[in-house]
Amino acid sequence: MTSDETRIAYTLRLADNALVLAQRMVEMVAAEPELEEELANANFALDYIGQARMLYTHAGQLEGKGRSEDDFAFVRDEHEFRNLLLLEQPNGHFGDALVRQFLFETWYLHLLDGLIACSERGLSEIAARAIKEVKYHSRHSSQWLVRLGDGTELSHERVQASLDDAWRYTGEMFAADEIDVAFQREFDGPDLAAIHKLWRRDVEKTVAEATLRLPDDDWMLSGGKQGRHSEHLGFLLAEMQYLQRSFPGATW
Amino acid sequence: MTKQEWPLYEVFIRTKAGLSHRHAGSVHAPDDQMALSNARDTYTRRSEGVSLWVVRSDRIVASDPAETSAFFEPAEDKIYRHPTFYDIPDGVENL
Amino acid sequence: MYTQGLDQGGRDQQAAVETAEQLAAFQKRIDAEEKIEAKDWMPEAYRRTLVRQISQHAHSEIIGMQPEGNWLTRAPSLKRKAILLAKVQDEAGHGLYLYSAAETLGVSRDQMVADLLSGKAKYSSIFNYPTLSWADIGAIGWLVDGAAIMNQIPLCRCSYGPYARAMVRVCKEESFHQRQGFDIMLNLCRGTDRQKAMAQDALNRWWWPSLMMFGPNDSESTHSAQSMAWKIKRFSNDELRQKFVDVTVQQAAFLGISVPDDDLKLDEASGHYNYGEIDWQEFIDVIAGNGPCNQQRLDKRRRAHDDGDWVREAAQAYANKQAARVAA
Repeated sequence: MTSDETRIAYTLRLADNALVLAQRMVEMVAAEPELEEELANANFALDYIGQARMLYTHAGQLEGKGRSEDDFAFVRDEHEFRNLLLLEQPNGHFGDALVRQFLFETWYLHLLDGLIACSERGLSEIAARAIKEVKYHSRHSSQWLVRLGDGTELSHERVQASLDDAWRYTGEMFAADEIDVAFQREFDGPDLAAIHKLWRRDVEKTVAEATLRLPDDDWMLSGGKQGRHSEHLGFLLAEMQYLQRSFPGATW
Repeated sequence: MTKQEWPLYEVFIRTKAGLSHRHAGSVHAPDDQMALSNARDTYTRRSEGVSLWVVRSDRIVASDPAETSAFFEPAEDKIYRHPTFYDIPDGVENL
Repeated sequence: MYTQGLDQGGRDQQAAVETAEQLAAFQKRIDAEEKIEAKDWMPEAYRRTLVRQISQHAHSEIIGMQPEGNWLTRAPSLKRKAILLAKVQDEAGHGLYLYSAAETLGVSRDQMVADLLSGKAKYSSIFNYPTLSWADIGAIGWLVDGAAIMNQIPLCRCSYGPYARAMVRVCKEESFHQRQGFDIMLNLCRGTDRQKAMAQDALNRWWWPSLMMFGPNDSESTHSAQSMAWKIKRFSNDELRQKFVDVTVQQAAFLGISVPDDDLKLDEASGHYNYGEIDWQEFIDVIAGNGPCNQQRLDKRRRAHDDGDWVREAAQAYANKQAARVAA
């Protein structure tokens, strides 16, 4: 793998994470528990769409074959997407979606922090912008986890189950494969083992404050980063890509 | 438990440093922290502010419209409080 | 996005405690273009008219998120997805501003939402039509927001201060809504034959419902005269509708698609377009709950509300616990 291939692959993973999560959040529009939460969810989804656009554009520039943000988003197949499995899981109820957001963003925040310091200029600049957005999201999702965990008996039970269910997808965030290793080595990229410790510390703290129980590190699912997805991604893409597929080459 | 509506908060925004906070509208929220978040997500989507205040609407003490005349009209005849009350002869400057 | 001539309903009765002097003094303030504020004395009928109109307007914004939200997951480019999401979010925000304005009149958001979910409160008939293609998103922005703006700009000068202020914010934020709709239509009309056909089909389906948004003809509009006198309303339904037709017909010509009305004709003398008869029976049917999507829209709103119950309660329970901990 050349170092250009490494940074393109690494950038596309980040872009796919942002887009797939945004798509899931967009599905929640007009179904939030309160009007104020509609505004928040849409703000955060807009942030992720913006990040995906910057990242795809950056990947296209590095690649130099003239692929646009929309080419990456709308005409790649399922196995070409490299997002985390966690992010493509169906929304479930508010607590499920919130836990997904909390677990991912606690990780993503540290990852972005690492990326700001990396030597890949484009990614470093995008990360510097994105981290401001994600800091705010993370504050929001942490606070909500505490409210649900320490709210009513019902909410406590529900969000504990959400946490237990989502846990099996968290291992993938820290399982460094050859792309992670190469990016760290060649571009002074984030150290996933170090991030794992920070993530664990932050998650433990909020989970304790929420009076919830940290699930055991049992079997962890992985494969998203390598393009081996759950069944859910295919439907997400079929819906998202339908117009571009049905009108090849059209402009909108 | 009985269902409660989330309390109402009034939102004040400072649009840029140097200006005072100004009433923008209101939001519902279960607690102060979330009121602040909700105010941010509702009222600053177009870079409208650099600082936010939120306050529970039921904590605001307001004057009563029925007492408007007693409260505010007595100030109306104190015209000597305004600089325009005074005639300054031509030729006097910087006053 | 919108308010409409939905203000039918029984005539309000004057409460016995309102004296002729009070009413005359109130009207004098209105005539002097003074703004009425939340705690000021006001006739009960004025208050009720406002609560009805503002809450209907808010409900319309909230239900109005659905037809456009229907295409969020399928928007054809990332740019379009972001723009549409920003627009749908604005609608949530506008609903929120408007509920807040109505709350100043002493009615709670919970009560207004309950009235919407029970079917007691109305919302704009336009949102009971389905969005069947991407061009419908263009047509909604161009026509529905275009009609809405005609209705809403005069409301920025409405006599009730909190409503007028909310509308100033709404109108300012909405200025991009109509343009992005026209921009979608323009791209389709300059695109492939299939895209242009999609645009024409959308205009065919949305034209007449858009004209209905201005409400019944002036001769049929029960509350118009009183609302005009109170300066809640500043132009009549027919005046606004005519203005809309005049500007929109020219925009359709620019796009190269045709307005589905054989009677449409420029009247050289007046400079206005004459247009065909609106199918008022359809309007009445949709308002009565029998439009293509009434059931679906309300069901979705009820489901979201019910699904959110445990979340709202949990947040409140947590806040109560925290308050108790601080007190202890």
